[in-house]
Amino acid sequence: MKRTIFRNQLLPWLLLAPQLAITFIFFLWPAAQAIRQSFLRQDAFGINTSFVGLANFRALWNSPEYLNSLQVTAVFAVMVTVLSMGFSLLLAVAVDRTIRSSNVYTTLLVWPYAVAPAVAGILWWFIFNPTIGIMPYVLGGIGYDWNHISSKSDALVLVVIASAWKQISYNFLFFVAGLQSIPASLREAAAIDGAGPVRRFFDITLPLLSPTTFFLLVVNIVYAMFDTFAVIDATTEGGPAQATNILVYKVYFDGFVGQNMGSSAAQSVVLMGIVILLTAIQFRYVEKKVAY
Amino acid sequence: MIENRPGLTLLAHLVLMAGVAIVALPVWVAFVASTHTATDFMSGTIPVWPGPHLVENYARMLDAGVSTSGTPPVGTMMLNSLVMALLIACGKIAISITSAFAIVYFRFPLRQLAFWCIFITLMLPVEVRIVPTFQVVADLGLLNSYAGLSIPLIASATATFLFRQVFLTIPDELTEAARIDGAGPMKFFRDILLPLSRTNIAALFVILFIYGWNQYLWPLLITTSSDYYTVVAGIKRMADAVDGLPQWHLVMATAMLAMLPPVAVVIGMQRLFVKGLVETEK
Amino acid sequence: MASITLDTVGKIYPGGTRAVGDVSIDIADGEFIVLVGPSGCGKSTLLRMIAGLESISEGTVRIGDRVVNDVEPADRDIAMVFQNYALYPHMSVRDNLAYGLKNRRTPRAEIDRRVAEAAVILQIGPYLDRKPRALSGGQRQRVAMGRAIVREPAAFLFDEPLSNLDAKLRVTMRLEIKELQRRLRTTSIYVTHDQLEAMTLADRLVVLNAGRIEQIGTPLEVYRKPASTFVAGFIGSPAMNLISRRAVPHLPVAAQAGTIGIRPEDLSVAPDGPIEMEVLAVEELGAQRLVHGQTGGERLTVAMPSDAPLSDRLRLSYRLGSLHLFHPETGRRID
Repeated sequence: MKRTIFRNQLLPWLLLAPQLAITFIFFLWPAAQAIRQSFLRQDAFGINTSFVGLANFRALWNSPEYLNSLQVTAVFAVMVTVLSMGFSLLLAVAVDRTIRSSNVYTTLLVWPYAVAPAVAGILWWFIFNPTIGIMPYVLGGIGYDWNHISSKSDALVLVVIASAWKQISYNFLFFVAGLQSIPASLREAAAIDGAGPVRRFFDITLPLLSPTTFFLLVVNIVYAMFDTFAVIDATTEGGPAQATNILVYKVYFDGFVGQNMGSSAAQSVVLMGIVILLTAIQFRYVEKKVAY
Repeated sequence: MIENRPGLTLLAHLVLMAGVAIVALPVWVAFVASTHTATDFMSGTIPVWPGPHLVENYARMLDAGVSTSGTPPVGTMMLNSLVMALLIACGKIAISITSAFAIVYFRFPLRQLAFWCIFITLMLPVEVRIVPTFQVVADLGLLNSYAGLSIPLIASATATFLFRQVFLTIPDELTEAARIDGAGPMKFFRDILLPLSRTNIAALFVILFIYGWNQYLWPLLITTSSDYYTVVAGIKRMADAVDGLPQWHLVMATAMLAMLPPVAVVIGMQRLFVKGLVETEK
Repeated sequence: MASITLDTVGKIYPGGTRAVGDVSIDIADGEFIVLVGPSGCGKSTLLRMIAGLESISEGTVRIGDRVVNDVEPADRDIAMVFQNYALYPHMSVRDNLAYGLKNRRTPRAEIDRRVAEAAVILQIGPYLDRKPRALSGGQRQRVAMGRAIVREPAAFLFDEPLSNLDAKLRVTMRLEIKELQRRLRTTSIYVTHDQLEAMTLADRLVVLNAGRIEQIGTPLEVYRKPASTFVAGFIGSPAMNLISRRAVPHLPVAAQAGTIGIRPEDLSVAPDGPIEMEVLAVEELGAQRLVHGQTGGERLTVAMPSDAPLSDRLRLSYRLGSLHLFHPETGRRID
């Protein structure tokens, strides 16, 4: 709270006007439209709309495709989060042990943040290309016949790897910052108490890292649920057989390709609910800093 | 480091080198592919080392592109991306810094409401309100325009919060001294606040530039004229088109070009980038 | 140059909390006034009301002949020196000094002249092109004063300007401020919680407690005739002994007195003294010695030469006419 304030009454509104105008036109109004449309149904020609109450939501709940998409999203988000955070934590702990060269490694590890998810998707799509890619060649050598165009699990693994890869730098930077904020004296005290490096990691470092870990957990889930749209669209387009059709992709697909406005709007509303929930959790716990 | 264990340190280096290699793998493969010709892929797997066609492939993509894909030259798309990224980064900074100034330094009716309106944008990413937002932009006649590419992405709660945080750490006495020195609100904003927020603005710019450059879904939806294709969205159209023909060397050259500017920004301004990343999440 | 008049000034915060009440002071042109009191006594609030940084809930503030209650700080013709200096960190010393003048559209040549003059007075000439962060605490303090001087205002307002400095520098700067004010003859209002600073700087002291004036007077008046037990305990170091009349029933004082005040330096060891003290602790200060003890259940401190004889029990006498008497309920002085 500022003690000194300027007394003008009109000026603050002028200063806020651009931000508020854009927020209303491109955020609040469309969100309201999505909510309104989620209660309406259009006929096949788009001429008549009628109020259908919660029918769109009920239809979602009874749609095997939607339930499949929910399940795919959950599996996908968990896999991306675990893979990316695990790999990043390993690298961050390793960097924490090297002193002189840590800056060089950091530079070599942070740049994937700058790669667009769509481009990341294209890169991995190419590496795993069944006819000319390196990975299918290597996997063929050990007897695995990779084909993400026909195999559901291969396709899911592909988008998970591409999405996790893109997120490594982000997690790495936050883990490094988290590790550096743990006072060296605590680890020294544990060493004097006779704890070896591995024990120290699990008894001291990991618990004290929990605020960072929790924060990243939420951020990664949000990333996997929303920002990976481009990865999916640039590679599998939700296929094969809906195996990678995550919720955001389905909203887009049903709305723009399928032209099923009521259903797409209902899906949007569900997604908004999820974001609001995740944001609320994030704010609650970031404020409380988890355990410490 | 507490005790001297060369074995562990060696292990740390091995892990890091493996990590760097894994992280770099896709880009290396793309780079190698972008230096060969289409016929080099016919043999089955792609080569492991760069070929001699780097300049040829990149030059071709930059000023001609792949005409069969319906995409303009990559040079044009990169220029569009640059315009969009700059408009988004500058626009977000401009409207966020003024609204943060209003919220921190003034008391006016409905101030809390204004704050919450901005806050709520955090909860409405473009992906979840995609259809109605598209409708609004179409109704406003902003399809196929730089304004349509950038303005709907400009509102930003995170940037507003960042500046709010920055302003709250500026001592009250500085404002009071400026008031006694005869500075009104806008003069104070220009002479004191802006210079004091310089590094925060720069750090935020790095993050927002990358954000803007890497936009995918939005440009894909609202650009139907190839004049306004951005490179990140265009690459997918190109990949689709050449999927039948093995022209991967050209797609990979485009991918390399698409990531070059943001990666260069991150590596060149690493310190600002890390600052921006950490601050916007606090 | 101007006089400043506060007439029944009060401050009530939006929540209903009263910070300052019923303050009236007439400050003469060129006078150095120190507002002194413990933290939370409202002295800074009062100063900020004079500066225009806080709104005035009650009463009027006049600078010269003008009521300034609703005048912007910039238009009150005052300059302020802040506790944390509030130097603009991104501007050079020169620009810090010039900023207020530029905003007033002072001609370039005039700005240069005044900055140069202030730089000479404050000996900051060599640092004019440095940024504040490259200066030491004392130098920053001088720049903050320079920013006030160049404005050639009707009054200087100082808000605890020395409390961020170490003890030694504080003494030096205190003297510099005093000399500077002598030279410039600018009306000054100075806020501090340090009674020694208040005593040494002030033409007149205003002792504040809980938002109200306890006493206004020259340092010696306040020291010699504290108007209340609060002032008696606050001004003077070591603090005046305030003991209940019941602890020393045999002292010949007026019947209505409830509390008796005796300064530690007014007590001395005398074999036939009327007060007997049990010694609890001794502090050696070099030139003198402070002996702490108790009599009749009340704490007592005596300042004596360091070569005076010591024992576990001392008999004390006091200098004639050095007793201060205070009313048992109101704590006001009785003469």
